[in-house]
Amino acid sequence: MATKASTSAARLMMAPAVTLLLGWMLVPLTMTLYFSFADYRPLRGVFEPWIGFDNYARFTSSGSFWDAIWATLIMVGAILAITVTLGILLALLLDKPIFGQGVVRILVIAPFFVMPTVSALVWKNMMMDPVNGVLSHVFRFFGATPFDWLTQAPLTSIILIVSWQWLPFATLILLTAIQSLDGEQLEAAEMDGAPPLKRFWFIILPHLARAITIVILIQTIFLLGIFAEIFVTTQGSFGTRTLTYLVFQRVLESQNVGLGSAGGIIAVILANIVAIFLMRAVGKNLDA
Amino acid sequence: MARAASTRSRIGWTALAWGIGFLMFFPILWTVLTSFKTEAEAIAAPPSFLFFDWTLENYGIVQERSDYMRYLWNSVIIAGGSTLLGIIVAVPAAWAMAFVPGRFTKDILMWMLSTKMLPAVGVLYPIYLICIQLGVLDNRAALIIILMLINLPIIVWMLYTYFKEIPGEILEAARMDGATLKSEILYVLTPMAIPGIASTVLLNFILAWNEAFWTLNLTSVDAAPLTAFIASYSSPEGLFFAKLSAASTMAIAPILILGWFSQKQLVRGLTFGAVK
Repeated sequence: MATKASTSAARLMMAPAVTLLLGWMLVPLTMTLYFSFADYRPLRGVFEPWIGFDNYARFTSSGSFWDAIWATLIMVGAILAITVTLGILLALLLDKPIFGQGVVRILVIAPFFVMPTVSALVWKNMMMDPVNGVLSHVFRFFGATPFDWLTQAPLTSIILIVSWQWLPFATLILLTAIQSLDGEQLEAAEMDGAPPLKRFWFIILPHLARAITIVILIQTIFLLGIFAEIFVTTQGSFGTRTLTYLVFQRVLESQNVGLGSAGGIIAVILANIVAIFLMRAVGKNLDA
Repeated sequence: MARAASTRSRIGWTALAWGIGFLMFFPILWTVLTSFKTEAEAIAAPPSFLFFDWTLENYGIVQERSDYMRYLWNSVIIAGGSTLLGIIVAVPAAWAMAFVPGRFTKDILMWMLSTKMLPAVGVLYPIYLICIQLGVLDNRAALIIILMLINLPIIVWMLYTYFKEIPGEILEAARMDGATLKSEILYVLTPMAIPGIASTVLLNFILAWNEAFWTLNLTSVDAAPLTAFIASYSSPEGLFFAKLSAASTMAIAPILILGWFSQKQLVRGLTFGAVK
């Protein structure tokens, strides 16, 4: 159907976007790869272009690397568990016939639109502050000793903050998926006397499987890059240094560019493993 | 009987849903309320929920002391500029992929998606270095371009899924009626494409407004948007709770309002059309 002229016009129309993205991807990534094999410490004026895999060896053999991997895994895993579980429950709740559904939905979704630096600071100061935080007031009200969240349970605190930010996303997507469920099937199951839990397990959950997969994959991509929330709360101390944050510190704070770049390449590889699965899930939909 | 039970259960679900909605919204509500308190009232124990002397002084102080308007303006310029630029680059591309699909269209789309998954920290230093070399560290134009590039895959994808829904038969019908390519684009396609483009603009403006990796790492004073401005409050100095709240409220209010209009687009845009 497409003529030759329209095909070449189409190529021309795609060219700017493709060229820009290609440049954006290739140029800096090539530089990072190049630096990762160099001893490059600009503050000390050191630049040795080829030291083999030394940076990789040093980066992966340091204790902070494994701590960072561990912190990253716990953080991403916990946030995923919380947001997906609560997201399913909330989506089911919002799907019920409730009064003022539109308003409730707005209230639930709002945290997603709060910029990361604001949500981190609001939680740190307004909610979790050991003296003036709302949580401390609540603790005191019930006669418990207030708790210094960000020093005594830093990882949990950040998990809480980020879960609050991403729960709306999971809820919204799962709600969209639930609403596309065929109501007749559920009614038929109800008539046949299937109890709610069974209806959930055998009809709703399988229907949601795809949406859940997508939520998990997309959130993982974004969560691997959590930055601002750590930057304004703990600055990576007390076991909250994720891989992203560790690389940031090596590259910009201590300006050990070679070492940091090796870490950056490792982060790219890890993210790509997740990305492959996400692309499969999205790609399947593209034919339909 | 059954009807009574269902009304009762509806009230029950409603109460539960409102309770949870309130809890989710509470940190935002509390921040907004605190922004209208005096610093002394902001740290009063036990805190007062609504019955305090409402004041606007914090907003004045924040503006006066930190030149809030400049950061706001930077946010508007950076988010708006990168969205506009992204649309200009992406519309032709998405258009071509939707209406003249070739053998590699799908591969190109998937590849674009894959660039979005590149962790920013992996290219942090090269971008930082390039900005220094070009003398554009802490520069709005540089941030506009960078944010445009990181959001470009989402823009192309969103537009593509919208354009894809425009039925091709309409084009053929217009052609049969003797429409030229120009009038075809102007009178047939554009009106049908506008809602999709508008949704894309909305979502990407929000994403760019809230972006907090590049804006934190590549700005200091001149080009710093609200994300960086708020981060400067991370080390408390004296009485600052009410002022922090006022600054936060101002930073999130415009985007909360826009966000409420964009719930549907959010799902489509951030799942790359996989969930609609």
